[in-house]
Amino acid sequence: MADNTHSENPARALLIALGVAMVCALVVSFTAVVLRPHYQTNLENERIGRLGSILDALAEVTGEVDVSKLEALVVDLATGQYDKSVDAALYNARKAALDPAQSTAVSAENDLAGIKRRANHAVVYLIRGPENSVEALVLPIWGVGYQSAIYGYLALSADSREILAIKFYEHGETPGLGSRIQDARWEALWPGKQAFDDDGAVIVHVGNRGGGDGDNRIEAISGATRTSMGVDGMVRFWLGEYGFGPYLSRIRRGEG
Amino acid sequence: MLANYWKALTTPLINENPLTLQILGICSALAVTTSLDTALVMTIAVTCVLAFSGMFISLIRNYLPHSVRIIIQITIIASLVIIVDLILKAFFFEIGNRLSVFVGLIVTNCIVLGRAEGFAIRNGVVESFFDGVGNGLGYGLILMIVGAIRELFGHGSLFGYQLLIPASQGGGFEPLHLMLLPPSAFFIIAGIIWFIRRKRPEQIEKPEFSVRVRPGAAEK
Amino acid sequence: MNDLMALFVRSVFVENLALSFFLGMCTFLAVSKRVDTAFGVGVAMTAVQTVTVPINNLLYVYLLAPGALAWAGLNHIDLSFLSLIAFIGVIAAMVQVLEMTLEFHVPKLHQSLGIFLPLITVNCAILGGSLFMVERSYSFIESLVYGFGSGLGWALAIVMLAAIRERLKYSDIPDGLQGLGITFVIAGLMSLGFMGFAGLG
Repeated sequence: MADNTHSENPARALLIALGVAMVCALVVSFTAVVLRPHYQTNLENERIGRLGSILDALAEVTGEVDVSKLEALVVDLATGQYDKSVDAALYNARKAALDPAQSTAVSAENDLAGIKRRANHAVVYLIRGPENSVEALVLPIWGVGYQSAIYGYLALSADSREILAIKFYEHGETPGLGSRIQDARWEALWPGKQAFDDDGAVIVHVGNRGGGDGDNRIEAISGATRTSMGVDGMVRFWLGEYGFGPYLSRIRRGEG
Repeated sequence: MLANYWKALTTPLINENPLTLQILGICSALAVTTSLDTALVMTIAVTCVLAFSGMFISLIRNYLPHSVRIIIQITIIASLVIIVDLILKAFFFEIGNRLSVFVGLIVTNCIVLGRAEGFAIRNGVVESFFDGVGNGLGYGLILMIVGAIRELFGHGSLFGYQLLIPASQGGGFEPLHLMLLPPSAFFIIAGIIWFIRRKRPEQIEKPEFSVRVRPGAAEK
Repeated sequence: MNDLMALFVRSVFVENLALSFFLGMCTFLAVSKRVDTAFGVGVAMTAVQTVTVPINNLLYVYLLAPGALAWAGLNHIDLSFLSLIAFIGVIAAMVQVLEMTLEFHVPKLHQSLGIFLPLITVNCAILGGSLFMVERSYSFIESLVYGFGSGLGWALAIVMLAAIRERLKYSDIPDGLQGLGITFVIAGLMSLGFMGFAGLG
C-alpha cells in the first residue's frame, strides 16, 4: 500500500477507471467475436452427438445410419400433423416449453412426466431404409425424475408398436443409483417391449404396478424407485395423448 | 532476483498453500473434483487468471487511485475470466460444460483477489507473475489429489482410463458412491490438512481453550 | 403458488448454496466461529441475495441475453458474454448501497459486521446465485423467490456450523485437525445430512 502516494484527484481516478474499462472491453469483445464461430460449431456437434448415441443403439435393427441421413421433421403435438412452417434445425423445444406463447400447460392429472408445460411442437427423426420406407422413429422425451430433469430419445419401430431402443443423454439423478438409467444393462431391457396394444392404449411401463407379463414391462432399478417412476411417467406421457399420441395414431393409420 | 522468483513460485506449494493454510479458493476445490480432467482444467484456468491478473495489476499498481482500487482489480480479473470462459467454450466445449458456472466463479475465487491485494499491489511485475503461478499450482496440487482420489474410488478410473473394472461392467470393483457426492470432498481435504500439519507442525492452530489438568494427574 | 413454494423449499434445503454447491465457503469457514457474527453475516447475505438476483434477472433478460435487445430492434445481438462483469457491477453497487443504508439506520449492525460487508461483494454464493438463475432461466418472480431462499439457506448453514463449532470449543481434537480440519469434517457431515432433503419439492 506504501507505493500509492498520489493524492486523491477524482477526475484522475475516473480517467484511469475509464481507461482500464475501455482496454478490457476491447480485448474481451474482440475475443468474443473471434471465438463465436467455434462455439456455434461446438453446440451443433453436441446436438449431433446426442443423436449419434441412439443411432448406435439402433444399429442392429437399422444398420449403420449416419446422423446426417436422419430426416428431421417438426410435429404439431396437438394435431399430430407435420408442421412445415417451423424449421427443424432451429427449433429449441426446451426454450419453447418456457414460453407461454409456444407451449401448453398440462393439468396435474394428465402430467405423468411432471413437466407442467409442454412445448407445442417437437422435432422427430425418421430413419429410412433401402426403398425409402421408414424403418424407425426417434422421439425426444423428457420428464422429471427424483431430483432432476431427465432428457432422452425413444426409438420406435415403423408401426410405432414396438420399442427399439431408449437412450438418456442428460440427467442429474443420484450417482450410482438413479444414474443407472444410463447403464448399458438397463438400456438393454427396453428393445422389443410392446409400447401399445391392439386398441392403441399405452401398455409399456417400468416397475411392477401395471401387472402384465414381460412383453411390456421393464424392471425398475433397485434403490432408485423414484427415478424409475419418473422414467415410467415420462415414457407413458410422451406415448400418450398429450405427447406423441396423436402423431403416432396417424402413423399407425398409415397417414405418415 | 532469481531466488526471489523461485521463492514466489514454491512457497505456495506446501508452506503457504492457499487452500490448506490460507483458507482461500475452497468453493471450486470441492465442486470440480469429481474427476481428474475437470480438476486439471480448473487448475490451468485459475493459474492463468492468477498469473496474468497478478502481472497486469502489478503493472499499473502505481497508478491505481485508492477509491477505485478494488473495482479496477475486479474488472481486470473478470475480463480475464471471461476470456478463459470463451476459450473453453470454443476449444474445450465438453469440459467447459461440466465445469458450468464454476469457471465464471473464478472471478470471486478468494485466491485471485487475495493475491492481488496481498502481493501484486506491492511487488514487481515478474514476481507477481510467478507468485500467481505458484499459488495456482499450490491450489492445483490439492485439487488434483482430491480429484484423483474421488475419481479412482468413485469410478475406478483416472483421466477416463479405467484402472479398476466396476462390477456393472463385469469386474470385481464396487465403486464407492460416496466419492461422487459432494461431502466426500470435505472429508478428503480434512484428511490432507491433517497429513500436512503432521509434517509441518508449525501450521497447527492453537485451540482456544485447553483442557486443564488436575493437579497430580498424568500430563496430557 | 405451489411451484414457488417448492422452489423456495428447494433453494433452502436441497440446493443449499453452501452445503450442496460449496459456494461462499471462504466466508463460511472463516466467520463461523461465533453464532452472533455468523447470524449477522447471514442476514447481510440474505439481504444482498434477495436484491441482486432479481435485478440481474432483469438485466439479463432485457439487455444481455441473445436476442434480448429485440425491444430496441436489435434482436440479433448477443451480449451474454458480458454477464459476468455486469453482475459483479450490480453486486458491488448493491453492497455499497446496503452498507450506506446500514450505516445510517442500523449503525450497531454495521459496526459488528465490519470488514465482512464489503467482502460479500466477492462472495461466490452471491455471484453463483445469479449465474444459476441464468442457467435455469428463472422468471422475475422465481428470481425473487430463489434469491431469498438461497440467501436464507446459506445463512441457515453458516449459523448451524457456528453453533456446532461453539459446542466443540472444549473438545479434545487431534492437533492436526484443530481449527480448519475439523471444520471441514463438520461441514462434510452437514452436507451429507442435507442430502437427505433430496426429492423435497
